[in-house]
Amino acid sequence: MAERTFLDSTELVLNMGPQHPSTHGVLRVILKLDGEKIIGTDCVIGYLHRGVEKIAEHRTYAMFAPYVDRMDYVAAVSNGLGYCLAVEKLLNIEAPPRAQVTRVILTELNRIASHLLWLGTHALDIGATTPLFYTMREREEILKIFENYCGARLTTHAFRIGGLQYELYEGFEEETLKFCDWVLPRIDEYEELLTTNRIWVDRLKGVGILNAEDCKAYGVTGPVLRAAGVEWDLRRMQPYSGYEQYDFRIPTGQNGDTYDRYLVRMEEMRQSVRIIRQAVERLEPGPIMAKVPKVIKPPAGEVYVSIEAPKGELGYFIVSDGSTQPYRVRVRPPSFVNLQALDKMCRGSLVADIVAIIGTIDIVLGEVDR
Amino acid sequence: MADEQKSAPGAAPEGESGSPPAAKSAAPTAPKASVPPKTPPPSPPPPPKMASTPWEGDLPSQLKESFGAAIRECATYLGQNFVVVAPEAAIPVIEFLKLEADFDYLVDITAVDYPKREERFDLVYILYSFARNERIRVITRIREGFRPESATTVHLTANWLEREVYDMFGIEFANHPDLRRILMPEDWQGHPLRKDYSILKMDERWVRENLGIESAQ
Repeated sequence: MAERTFLDSTELVLNMGPQHPSTHGVLRVILKLDGEKIIGTDCVIGYLHRGVEKIAEHRTYAMFAPYVDRMDYVAAVSNGLGYCLAVEKLLNIEAPPRAQVTRVILTELNRIASHLLWLGTHALDIGATTPLFYTMREREEILKIFENYCGARLTTHAFRIGGLQYELYEGFEEETLKFCDWVLPRIDEYEELLTTNRIWVDRLKGVGILNAEDCKAYGVTGPVLRAAGVEWDLRRMQPYSGYEQYDFRIPTGQNGDTYDRYLVRMEEMRQSVRIIRQAVERLEPGPIMAKVPKVIKPPAGEVYVSIEAPKGELGYFIVSDGSTQPYRVRVRPPSFVNLQALDKMCRGSLVADIVAIIGTIDIVLGEVDR
Repeated sequence: MADEQKSAPGAAPEGESGSPPAAKSAAPTAPKASVPPKTPPPSPPPPPKMASTPWEGDLPSQLKESFGAAIRECATYLGQNFVVVAPEAAIPVIEFLKLEADFDYLVDITAVDYPKREERFDLVYILYSFARNERIRVITRIREGFRPESATTVHLTANWLEREVYDMFGIEFANHPDLRRILMPEDWQGHPLRKDYSILKMDERWVRENLGIESAQ
C-alpha cells in the first residue's frame, strides 16, 4: 500500500483524537503516514454511543421524540421534523398547512444556525479566528427565536407528531424577517473575509476531492454531494412539508473539493433566507395540529422517511407492530455515512489537510454515534 | 409480515421478564389470586397485518423474470415499494437493480429482530435511484447463524453499515473486508439491538475492567 520513496521510509502511525479540538467532538482517527503524507486512516467511533435506537423500542412514539434532538444537537429541529414526518406517515396523517409552514421556517432557521456553526469552527480549524465570533453572534439570534418559541435553544423538541405544540408567539414574523434582513449582509461579510483570502484559498482549493461517482458509491449526501456537481436535494426531489411550493435554487460546485463545499454552504444559507421569507408570507391563521389520537398506535407496517438535514439525507426507518411503542427505529444518519468517505478524501494529502477535510464533512459526533 | 411482530412490548424479554417468576414465588403464600395474571398476555387481539398491496409494474416483473422464485413478494405499503427475496438472492438482486435499473445509491442497511420467528432477522437494504428518483427496499429474512454475503462488492458504502449491523445484531457478513464492531467497544459481549438484550443489560465485565466501577447503572 505504501509507495516506496527513495529513502525507503517506514510507516508512521499517528493517533488523532478523541480529545482533539478539530475533530469536532470525540472522533478518533488513526493515521498511517509516510512522512507528511497520509496513506491510510482508520476511524474509531462510538465514544458518544447512547443506544438511541434501543431506547426507542422502550418508549412510546411521543416519548421518543425528544431523544432524536440529541443526535445532531446543532440541528435538532431537522431531526425532530424527520421523526415526526415518519410517524405521521405511519399514521397516514398530514400536519395542517400552518404547522407545515412553521416547520419550514424553523427548519430553515436551523439550517442557517447549523451552517453558521460549521463555518465558524471550520474557519477556526484552519486558522481564521475571527469568523467564529461573528457566526456565533448571528447564531445567537436564531437561538433566541427558538427560545422564544419553545423555551429551548438547542434541543428544541419544536414539533409534535401531527403538527405543533405551541402557537407562534407575538412578533415571531417580524423578528424572523428582521433576522433575514440582518443576516444577509453578514453572510456577504464572511465571504469578504474568506472567499478570496489567500490563506483560505490555499488551504481549501484542491483538498479532499470527492467526485460525483465516489459520492454515490459511498452514499455521501448533502453539501458534499452538491459540491461535486450533483444537483440533488431531497427538498426538491422528494418534497415534504410543502417544499414544492417554495422557489429556491440548489447551489452546486464543480470540483468537489473543500473550497466548493464552503461555497455551496454559503449559498445554501442565502437560499434558506429566501425560503424563510416566502414562508412567512404564507403564514395564515388556522389549526396547528392534525387529528391525532390521544394514544398513538400506528397500524403494523414499516416506512422509511427521509429529509434533507443540513448535513445530508437523514432517514428514519420505523417498524410498527401495532402497539404504542415502535418495534424498531433505525436512524440513517448523514454524518455517519459521510464520515466513511473520509479515508477516500484524505489519502495522499498532508496531515494538516485532514483538519480541513474533517471540518468540511461537517460531522456531529452525537449523530455519528447515536 | 405482521404476525411475527406479535412479540413486541410484553414479550420484550428483559427486566420485565423478571416479574412473572416473582409473581409465581409469591403464589404459594397468597391463595389463588395470582393465577389469573397468566392469561392476560395472549388475550389482546393480534395486531393488524401490514396492509400492503401487491406492487405491479415493469420493475417487479423484470425482477421476477430474472430471479424467478427467489423473489418472494413485491409489495407497496403507503406508497413505498419493497421486495422480499431469498437470502441467497439478496446481493444478486441488489447488483441487478444497480446495473439494470439505476439504483446506484445504497441508502442504508439495517436489520430487525423477530426472536420468535424461525427466520429470525429481517435484513433491510434501502436503495435509491438518482435517475428515476425512486426508492426501493430489498428485504431478506435470515435465520440465526446464517452468513449473508456482504454488499461491499456492489456498494462501497455497505462497509460501515454492515459493520453496524454486525455490531448491533451479531449478523456476520461473509466476505466483508473488515468486519469489526464499530460503535461498541471491540471486546464487548452481546449485541445490543437484539430483542433478548435488555435495555438495562450491559457487559459487566467490560465495565469493571475498563471503567473501574462495579456497575454503570
